[in-house]
Amino acid sequence: MTASVVRIEDKLYQNRYLVDAGRPHIKVRQHQSPSPNLLALTVVCPAKCYEVNEDGQVEVIADGCMECGTCRVLCEESGDIDWSYPRGGFGVLFKFG
Amino acid sequence: MTEERFDAIVVGAGMSGNAAAYTMASRGLKVLQLERGEYPGSKNVQGAILYANMLETIIPDFRDDAPLERHLVEQRFWVTDDTSHTGMHYRSDDFNEPAPNRYTIIRAQFDKWFSRKVRAAGAIVLCETTVTELALDAAGKVIGVHTDRAGGVIHADVVVLAEGVNGLLGTRARFRKVPKPEAVALAVKEMHFLPEEVINERFGLTGDQGCVIEAAGTISRGMAGLGFLYTNKESISLGIGCLVSHFAATLESPYALLDAFKNHPSIRPLLAGSEIKEYAAHLIPEGGFKAIPQLFGDGWVVVGDAAQLNNAVHREGSNLAMTSGRIAGEAIAAIKSRKHPMTSDNLSLYKAMLDKSFVLKDLRKYKDMPALLHTNSHNFFTTYPQLMSQAAQNFVRVDGTPKIEKERATTAALIKARSRWGLVSDAVRLALAWR
Repeated sequence: MTASVVRIEDKLYQNRYLVDAGRPHIKVRQHQSPSPNLLALTVVCPAKCYEVNEDGQVEVIADGCMECGTCRVLCEESGDIDWSYPRGGFGVLFKFG
Repeated sequence: MTEERFDAIVVGAGMSGNAAAYTMASRGLKVLQLERGEYPGSKNVQGAILYANMLETIIPDFRDDAPLERHLVEQRFWVTDDTSHTGMHYRSDDFNEPAPNRYTIIRAQFDKWFSRKVRAAGAIVLCETTVTELALDAAGKVIGVHTDRAGGVIHADVVVLAEGVNGLLGTRARFRKVPKPEAVALAVKEMHFLPEEVINERFGLTGDQGCVIEAAGTISRGMAGLGFLYTNKESISLGIGCLVSHFAATLESPYALLDAFKNHPSIRPLLAGSEIKEYAAHLIPEGGFKAIPQLFGDGWVVVGDAAQLNNAVHREGSNLAMTSGRIAGEAIAAIKSRKHPMTSDNLSLYKAMLDKSFVLKDLRKYKDMPALLHTNSHNFFTTYPQLMSQAAQNFVRVDGTPKIEKERATTAALIKARSRWGLVSDAVRLALAWR
C-alpha cells in the first residue's frame, strides 16, 4: 500500500484476456509528431497501452486494453487512431465487471 | 441462421439489451440478441448498485434467484481534502424491509442471471459475436446487421442498439456522434476481497446489510469527479471517475488517482489486508439531457448508455438503461401487435413513452448541471472541499481561541477563496441548475 509508483502491469495481471494475436483492434495512424490528445493517451489510458517510442511517435500495444473507449473519444474523430472492437470472444473478459 | 428473419435484433447483453430482449421475447416476438463477450457480462462494468423497483417492473420475483450481494442500509456522502473527510451519513432501519430498495451487485454474475431469464423467455442469445455494421436498404432503413461470423446479413424488422456508451454501430451509421470528451467520465475500479466478517465489522453491518460511500473533493485533483466504495458480500468495489476532457487537460493518470484514493487516510483502514482480484475501466455518460442523441429512426432504436441515458447527479445509470430497454421493447411489441411497420414515425412511440417516464423527466430536471459542475470543477471539487475541511476543523478543535474569532476566520477564508460575488453566484447557479 505504500508503493509510490503504481505498476500498471501488476494491476492488469489480475485480469483475464484472450488476445487475438496479430489482429490488434486499435491502430495508430502514421505521424511525424503526435497531436496533444494522442500524446495525452500515454498518461490517460487506464491500461497504459500507449507509449512514446524512440523516434518520438506514439505507439499502441492493445493486449491489456479494457475496451473503455477513452482513446476513441479523444482521438478517433481527429483521425489519430482507428478503433474497432476485438473479434467476438476476444479481448478483456471481466470476472466481476 | 442467416436465412431466418427476426422480429427484432438486440445488439448487446447489458442492462438495456437484456431488458429489451426479455420484454419482447416474453411478449411472443422472435428475438435474436448478439453479444460480443464470451458470456453476457464479460464486457460489462458497473459500480455497481441495482435499484430494485426498475428490475421489479420487468421481473417481479427477481429476488428469488438473482445474484444480489448486499441490500443497502447506509449511505455516506463525503467531502474530502488531503487528510480529512467531512461527511453526512444516512442510515435507517427502514431499509431492512422485506423487499429491499437497493442492492450491490457484481455485474458479470448479475448479467449471466439476467441473460438466463432472457433465454427462458424465448430469445436466441448468441455470444462471441461482434456486430460489425448495420445493414441498410437503399432508402436508409435498417434491415438487419452484419457480424464477424461467416454469413451475410441477418434480417430483422427492427434493431435495438443496446451497444453501450462506446457503441460503434450507431456512430458508424451516423445516427449519433462519438461522445465528446467533456460528455463522458472515465472510471477505474478495483475489486478488493476481504472476509465477510471483516467487512461487517468495519462497516457496522450484520447479515447481508450493505454500506455505500461516495466521496468528492480533492481526491479528483480539481477534475469533475467522484470516488466510490461499495460493500459486496465478500468484496469491496472501490473506484473513481472523472471527465475524460479533464484527464486530458490535467494529464492525471487514472490508476495513480485510484491509488491515491485508496491511500486516503479515511479509506485506507477500510481496505487494509484486502486482496485485489480485478482492475476495470469504463466510460460513463455524463452529458445529461443535452447530450441525448436521436433515439429512433427507420428500423432502429437506441437505449441505455448508448443513448447517454445516465443521471450523473443521482449516480443512476443501470436503472435508466433497464427502463429504456423495457420501454423500447414494449413500444416495439405494441407496434408489432398492430401489424404496423417499424418506421421512424411508428417507432416515435418509444420516445413518447420515455418522455412520460422518470427517465427523461429526471434528465430534463438536471439539464444544466453538467455544464455547471464541468466548467467550475476546480471550485466545486477542490476549493470548497478544502474550505469545508478548514471550517469543520475550526469548529471541532479546541485551542483557547475565542469562538467569535474562529467564525470570522471561517467566513474570511470563504470570501478570500471565492469573493462575496463568487459565493453568491455559485450558490445561485447551483440552485438554478438543481431546480
